[in-house]
Amino acid sequence: MEQSILPEIKKAAKKSLKARDGELASINKQMEILNGGIFADGELPYFKDKIAEIGHHPLRPNKLEILQINVGYMCNQVCEHCHVDAGPDRKEIMTRETMELCLEVIRNTGAHTLDLTGGAPEMNPNFRWFVEEAAKAGIKDFIVRSNLTIIRANKKYYDLPEFFKKHNVHVVSSMPHYTRGKTDKQRGDGVFDKSIKALQELNAVGYGMPNSDLRLDLVYNPSGAFLPGDQMAMERDFKKALDEDFGIQFHNLFAITNLPISRFLDYLIASDNYEDYMYALVEAYNPAAVANVMCTNTISVSWDGWLYDCDFNQMLDLKVASKVKHIKDYNEDLLNDRNIVISQHCYGCTAGAGSSCQGTVA
Amino acid sequence: MANSYYDPADLRKFGKITEWSEEIGNKFFDYYGKVFEEGALSAREKSLIALAVAHVVKCPYCIDAYTKDGLQRGITKEEMMEAVHAGAAIESGATLVHGVQMMNKYNKLSM
Repeated sequence: MEQSILPEIKKAAKKSLKARDGELASINKQMEILNGGIFADGELPYFKDKIAEIGHHPLRPNKLEILQINVGYMCNQVCEHCHVDAGPDRKEIMTRETMELCLEVIRNTGAHTLDLTGGAPEMNPNFRWFVEEAAKAGIKDFIVRSNLTIIRANKKYYDLPEFFKKHNVHVVSSMPHYTRGKTDKQRGDGVFDKSIKALQELNAVGYGMPNSDLRLDLVYNPSGAFLPGDQMAMERDFKKALDEDFGIQFHNLFAITNLPISRFLDYLIASDNYEDYMYALVEAYNPAAVANVMCTNTISVSWDGWLYDCDFNQMLDLKVASKVKHIKDYNEDLLNDRNIVISQHCYGCTAGAGSSCQGTVA
Repeated sequence: MANSYYDPADLRKFGKITEWSEEIGNKFFDYYGKVFEEGALSAREKSLIALAVAHVVKCPYCIDAYTKDGLQRGITKEEMMEAVHAGAAIESGATLVHGVQMMNKYNKLSM
């Protein structure tokens, strides 16, 4: 990508698509792009046809393992690739009432993992109360997806590492690269230094240390129109660089593919990379990844309590194809008997070794 | 027909060369795939060598392919540019070392 191609995106990078009234803030427009163009022309196959070849259409869920709750789209960062279109200007925040409904489900679910995401989940004013209550439910793996810089964003967040430790929260944090330049380009100036400081603080209370039960995993997603490389090789490079340069330890690296929706789709189109990116995704399609894509073991809950097959479908407002569509009517058996809603963005989860919020799947 | 010799979209069609000569085409791709596997050199190191050679042989498809490959592997732009310089230095060295031939010939012909 030439530096000069994207001045308006760069300039606008402090605001969400929604706030700048971007064309792709419209979900219909996004769906039109994903269903039209090179797919409608027959140049590339529709995702449903591709999975039909291996007998996986309609795509059906397996046993529910992960309940992923998005507690709000507000974030202290405005990352260029964000599929949530999160930012400081987003006001969609889960209320305490909806959290109560979620807690009821958490107490009764068969899922073993609770996964809190956002935006920056910590910015929800009821976040700590929710974590305390959810921790009491005794779920096996309790994940908070933290962007790291939030820990250094304001004094009121400085004690988050201790808070996470107290409730034995599994921290999963984004870290696009182990060099300053690439990190700041994707996530904003100063993000790298703050992230390093936050990681050191997490290490200081025991997170990420070898043999520590306090789990600290990092998420890598490419800072541009290319797919992630081999997860193990990346993990090796990240571990070596972060240890040598900053003495930082962490457990695993999850390599996640950017899905062509929201701000990342906007970027792909503005930089004239959309077609090449879709070709790359389709070319890297791995049938072995299909059986384990995360929508087969996850339910995603939005800030206002609607249910989705994944956080990406949530952003495209593709609600679950089930009688049960809202957390207030939650019924696990009914929900598990559904067809998963798919479109061409799903190629992002089946490319190469596959991609999910827990890294590769194949 | 395209009205230029190089079309970036042609890179995607590279695999199609097997259609007109299947056996040796497949042999080439098998060989190619094997060469770039982890071995005594890491796949990362081989990617940088490929990028340097891509510049020396001035193959626009290879430059696109190995810039992207490098990004996927987390290779930094500083590493990529150093690799290009390594290739360029050998290439310019190869030109300049012929200067010795020129000097030899000059001396031989001169009184």
